[in-house]
Amino acid sequence: METQELQAREKREVTNPAEQTKAGVVFTPPVDIFETPSEITVLADMPGVNAEHLTVDLRDNVLTLTGDVEPPEGPNERIVLRQYQTGRYFRQFSLSEAIDQEKVEANLTDGVLRLKLPKIAAAQPRRITVKSG
Amino acid sequence: MIIRRFYEWPSESNPFSELNRMRSEMESLFGRLADSLPTGYGPGVFPLINITEDHDRLYVRAELPGVKANEIEISATGNNLSIGGERKVAPENEVASYHRREREAGVFRRTITLPSDIDANRVEASYTNGILKVTLPKAELSKPKQISVKAA
Repeated sequence: METQELQAREKREVTNPAEQTKAGVVFTPPVDIFETPSEITVLADMPGVNAEHLTVDLRDNVLTLTGDVEPPEGPNERIVLRQYQTGRYFRQFSLSEAIDQEKVEANLTDGVLRLKLPKIAAAQPRRITVKSG
Repeated sequence: MIIRRFYEWPSESNPFSELNRMRSEMESLFGRLADSLPTGYGPGVFPLINITEDHDRLYVRAELPGVKANEIEISATGNNLSIGGERKVAPENEVASYHRREREAGVFRRTITLPSDIDANRVEASYTNGILKVTLPKAELSKPKQISVKAA
């Protein structure tokens, strides 16, 4: 497959976020989500977020990703050109599958979150022996 | 020879004067914005960048999530900075079925004309949490200098 040239895209701002307590812009991180019979994987681009400022929350089948970005500029830096803004990342998904909360794994590398959500093993079919007598 | 005109009217000998007048009006409208922006920044070129400066250095930052630090090529000369590389999205398990596919892969190259000359030998770059930061020390000649006025 031929590699295509990347196009610059403006970060998508969340149009109607749940009201935030912290002032500032909120962005929607681009994600990949794929599923195998045993697990769901979520990949999210969240550049500038470090592990301490990333929150992954899963409750009542709602997955919430929140990442805060501190302004990277030092106190004496004057802005010459600003093509992108920094702020919070926020995205929510509702999951249709039951997830095994204990085995969720989250990994943040080079600004990309990789979240592994293993499904709860389907109940094994049980054989019921009928006793006669 | 001094030519005086009664009216502020574009002279026929200079068809560009009207354009120039419009341009200066636009520039005053946009105020310092038009002055402070260095030229040569076409929109749509990946990656988007932020440039800041202090007295001694320029800082160029770009968001490059998921790009390996050793796969970013940076070169600098005079007042140019070039950033290139490739963002790869590794293929996943074949049995996986995709629900969302928003992250894009591809090659990128961008050359930026900097607002001042830099010392290309002392350029440094770092990459943390998907953010590339290039620190470019300004060339001695383009640093602001205090000039003392001598009394005759």
